[in-house]
Amino acid sequence: MSTLAIVFMIVSMLTIWGGLAVSLIHLSRHPEKTDDDVIEPAHTL
Amino acid sequence: MSSPSSTQGAPLASDKRETFSSRKLFILSAIGSAVGLGNIWRFPYVAYENGGGAFLIPYLVAILCAGIPLLFLDYAVGHRYRGSAPLSYRRANRKAEVLGWWQVLICFIIAIYYAAIIAWAAMYCWFSITKAWDKNPDGAGGFFMNDFLKVQDEVTVGFDFVGPVLIPMFAVWLIAIVIMVAGVNKGISRANAIFMPLLIVMFLILVVQSVFLPGAIDGLNTFFTPNFEALKDPSVWAAAFGHIFFSLSVAFGIMVTYSSYMKRKSDLTGSGYVVAFANSSFELLAGIGVFAALGFMAYNANSSVDEVAVSGIGLAFIAFPTIVSQAPLGSVIGVLFFGSLVFAGLTSLISILEVIVAAFQDKLGWRRAPATLSVTIPVALISLALFPTTTGLFLLDTMDAFVNQFGILACALVIVIVLGAGLGMLPKLAKHLNRHSSIKVGTGWKVLVGGVGPAALGYMLINEIQTKMAEQYSGYPAWFNGVFGWGMAGALIVGAVILSLIPWSKKSKLNDPEFHQHKKNVEAEEIPEPAGKEY
Repeated sequence: MSTLAIVFMIVSMLTIWGGLAVSLIHLSRHPEKTDDDVIEPAHTL
Repeated sequence: MSSPSSTQGAPLASDKRETFSSRKLFILSAIGSAVGLGNIWRFPYVAYENGGGAFLIPYLVAILCAGIPLLFLDYAVGHRYRGSAPLSYRRANRKAEVLGWWQVLICFIIAIYYAAIIAWAAMYCWFSITKAWDKNPDGAGGFFMNDFLKVQDEVTVGFDFVGPVLIPMFAVWLIAIVIMVAGVNKGISRANAIFMPLLIVMFLILVVQSVFLPGAIDGLNTFFTPNFEALKDPSVWAAAFGHIFFSLSVAFGIMVTYSSYMKRKSDLTGSGYVVAFANSSFELLAGIGVFAALGFMAYNANSSVDEVAVSGIGLAFIAFPTIVSQAPLGSVIGVLFFGSLVFAGLTSLISILEVIVAAFQDKLGWRRAPATLSVTIPVALISLALFPTTTGLFLLDTMDAFVNQFGILACALVIVIVLGAGLGMLPKLAKHLNRHSSIKVGTGWKVLVGGVGPAALGYMLINEIQTKMAEQYSGYPAWFNGVFGWGMAGALIVGAVILSLIPWSKKSKLNDPEFHQHKKNVEAEEIPEPAGKEY
C-alpha cells in the first residue's frame, strides 16, 4: 500500500470509528432518564 | 365518545402504546434499520468511484450537514407526535398526513422486492457450500441469471415461478410476519438484539479473513488511495449526500415510526449520533472487507482491481461467488458474506414493514396481531406473486431505481420544504429535541434542515430526472419503465392522497387519550432555556 493510502486509511478509521467511540462515551455520560412522572391516561384509571 | 377499550367484535387496541424497553434497544433497532444491503454492496463502490480515500471529506460533510440533521428531524416528528408516519404528520398539521401515507406506500414497494434479495442471499449461503456455480460454463454470472433466477429474454411481467426462489422468499416472509406480529418489544427489539450482534461478529470474521487473502493489500490500496481531483467535481459531492441520505434511512418514515416508541425523556440527539456513526462504521468495515476480497479476485485473475470492482447485485451474486470458488476456505467466506446480507436485510425489512403496520394500526385502531396480519399477509402475497418469477429481476431493478429517486428523494424534498419553509415548524421541533437531549440543536440545525437539505435534495432530484429522461433505464422497453417506474412513482402519490382522504374513525389512534396526556407532559417540559444558552 502507498503511504498516502495508509494515511487515508488511518484517518478514515480515526474519524469514523473514533466518532462512534466518542458518541458512545458521550451517551454513556448522560444516563437514561425515566418517565417516572407519567400520569396514566384517563381510560385506564 | 366511545372508549378504545370498548369492543363490538372488532379487535380494538386497549393496550398502551408500546415503547422500547430501553435506550439500548432503540439504538440497536435503529442501527439494524440503517445497516442494510446498501452498506455492504453499495458504499464500497461509491467511495472507490468518487475519489477513494478523498471521498472521506464529502462523506463526513454529508453526514454532519445533511444525514444527522435530517435524522433529528425524523426523530423530532415521531417523538413529539407519537404516532406512525401518517398520524405524526397529521398531528403536526392536518394537511401533512398525505406525506406519511406517501412514505407508507414507498415502504410497501421496497418491502415487496427487498424480501426477494434476502431470499437470494439465503440460497447463496447454501450455494457457497456446494459451490453450485462452478458447474456453469459461464461462471457465477451465468449461474445467477440462467440456472438460479432463470431470467427470461423478454422484458415483461410474467408468472412463471422459480421454485428455488419462491420457497426461501416464503420463509423470509414467514419469519418477518412472526417478528412483526410479536410487536415492538417482543418482536422488533428481540430480533435486533439477536441479529445485530450476529451480523457484527460474522462480518468482523469475514473482514479479518479477507484482509489476509493474497492481493488484499492491492484492493485496500485501490480503495483508500485518494483522488483529490474528484473533490472539484460536484457529482462526487452529490454522490456523498445521496449515499448518506439512503444509508441512514432518513425520510422513509422508519425513524419517525421508531422514535414514536421512545420514552418521553429520551436523549434524541445523543442517540442519533451513535446511530449515524455506527452506520458509517459498519460501512467502512464493509469497504475494507469488500475491497480486500476484490483485491484477491484481481490477483487471481491477473488483472487490476479497477477491472473487477462492481457494486450491488453484480458484486454480491457474481463477484463474491467467484471469490468463494477461488479463495482458501471460500465456503466460509461465502456463508459469512451471504449470512451477513440476510441478517442486515432482515433487520431493515422489519423496520420497513413497521412503517406500514404502524400506520394501519393507528388508522384502524386495531390490536397489534390482527392489524399486522391484515397488512403483512397481502404485502407478502403481492411480493410472492411478482418477484420469484423469471421476470422478477427486471421488475426489481426498475422499481428499486425509481422508488429510490422519485419516491424517497422526492418525498424527502417535499417534507423538508413543507416542515421548514411551509409550516415553519423547525423552531418548535428544535425546542422539542432540546427538552431532554444531551446535544442541543439551534440555528445551525434549522439552517441545515431548512436550507442545505432542500438545496442538496433538489439538486439530486433534478439530476436524476435528467438522467432517467435522457435514456431508457437499463435499456428496458419504454412501456415497462413507464408503468413500473414512472407510473409506479406517480401512483404512490395518488394512493397517498386517497389514503389521506379516508377519515379517521373514533376508534382510531387519532383520538388516543394517551396522546393527550403525552402532549400535556411534553408541553409542560417546554420551559424557556436560561438566558445565554443556545436556542
